[in-house]
Amino acid sequence: MNAIAQIRRNDQPIYLDYQATTPMDPRVLEAMMPYFTYKFGNAHSRSHSYGWEAEEGVEKARAQLAKLIGADEKEVIYTSGATESNNLAIKGVADFYKDRRSHIVTTVTEHKCVLDTCRHLEQEGFTVTYLPVQQNGLVDLDVLRAAVTDKTVVVSIMAVNNEIGVIQPLAEIGKICREKGAFFHTDAAQAAGKIPLDVEAMNIDLMSISGHKIYGPKGIGALYVRRKPRVRLAAMIHGGGQERGFRSGTLPTPLCVGLGEAAEICMKEMDGEAVRLTKLRDRMLKGLNAKLPEIYVNGDLDQRIPGNLNISFAHVEGESLMMGIKNLSVSSGSACTSASLEPSYVLRALGVEEEMAHTSLRIGLGRFTTEHEVDTAVGELVHHVTKLRQMSPLWEMSQEGIDIKSIEWAAH
Amino acid sequence: MAYSEKLLDHYENPRNIGSLDKNAEDVGTGLVGAPACGDVMKLQIKVGPDGLIEDAKFKTFGCGSAIASSSLVTEWVKGKTIDEAETIKNTDIAKHLALPPVKIHCSVLAEDAIKAAIADYRAKASKKDETREAAE
Repeated sequence: MNAIAQIRRNDQPIYLDYQATTPMDPRVLEAMMPYFTYKFGNAHSRSHSYGWEAEEGVEKARAQLAKLIGADEKEVIYTSGATESNNLAIKGVADFYKDRRSHIVTTVTEHKCVLDTCRHLEQEGFTVTYLPVQQNGLVDLDVLRAAVTDKTVVVSIMAVNNEIGVIQPLAEIGKICREKGAFFHTDAAQAAGKIPLDVEAMNIDLMSISGHKIYGPKGIGALYVRRKPRVRLAAMIHGGGQERGFRSGTLPTPLCVGLGEAAEICMKEMDGEAVRLTKLRDRMLKGLNAKLPEIYVNGDLDQRIPGNLNISFAHVEGESLMMGIKNLSVSSGSACTSASLEPSYVLRALGVEEEMAHTSLRIGLGRFTTEHEVDTAVGELVHHVTKLRQMSPLWEMSQEGIDIKSIEWAAH
Repeated sequence: MAYSEKLLDHYENPRNIGSLDKNAEDVGTGLVGAPACGDVMKLQIKVGPDGLIEDAKFKTFGCGSAIASSSLVTEWVKGKTIDEAETIKNTDIAKHLALPPVKIHCSVLAEDAIKAAIADYRAKASKKDETREAAE
């Protein structure tokens, strides 16, 4: 893979945080370049060839993206990213249908931008049901079925979790929503381009996509909005009426083109990439398990995207581990929340004990990860976990057979 | 987050890792923090017949700042009397390691650990005195 040389300089650490963001594929950059320079027109200009050329670019990209999810290109609107898409989808339908339906269903492991949007809507008078998840991170379909009522306007459940990579049973969720007459919105930021998605087969009415999670540019995303049966949204950004009136503003042509190109590459390479990444992930897990006792994978290992591992290294605090593995870029919890000292709310929702949640790392593998990088990472992790366990009083106690839960700890 | 060189040095080359016999009469053990909070420190001191702390060991589960704070404290207490060791303040630790504001609690925990170890040593010593008096 020659592209790697263009992605990472030799003096940079090994990047293993592909759920936070992905490097842009050089092929994507190449497709974008003309739109930064001589194809600079406004895609909404109708009176000259600059505008037509730009419009051709964004429309081709729209079709590329639509194809990735089995949608019609007319059903895809551009946004600034998945956060905006999630806001527009949930607030948009809630607001439009509020006279008839005022209940929203979501899960406790959603991304903050969905949870925070729901909190906001609660203040506006909507009721929200936050479904728990099972120990493997997946929603219980019976619990979901029981929660959806004839007052439910939208069910928002993420396709793939950003911390633990588990894949929700989308088709089954879609079926329940359709039966109950509620819209199904899914945040597919971590899923698009990684697993097959089909809005028809899965009965998905609204889907959020992010550019920078699929080797495309940052600052662009999309929202799929079903046309048949039609889903209506109240717009959040008003103006020139672009994007079917759902989202006004001049389109960032190069970013749109990049998103489309990124989607097409993902679609072409998805099957081969899944096999390659699964091999790499298995190699990493096997390597770690061979040298380190008491490590636990959080979240279902089968219903999971190939490029994610979330591991608890018992009795080793995650932050200190990250400080040791200087040559590896991973995260503890999600990047959005790791500034706080609280353990991950996603892991807590799985029933992972707080002390175990403090020992977890999220390791993300992706398109430019090599076998050599995986082996280096295993070596560094084994070295530092072993070293930190040597200085961990909890490890010492567990080796002596003392049950850590039997001690009365003074919470501070 | 940028850490100071002193902090990184203590994290990478921690001093005095290990354990002393917690049942020994001349050893005081402090175990503070809680696993659920992400910080546990075990700090032990061994007091010589002359009343000076002749050895100190630690083990810490926690972030790099917690490890560095406890490592530093074991260095500082050695050669001090327990009364002197008791005057070590968390602010001194935080200042020496240039801890960022979100990590100040690590230095507080290190101060608690040394205080707990001293209290344990004193409890053992007074118990020893009582048994001696009772024997007389």
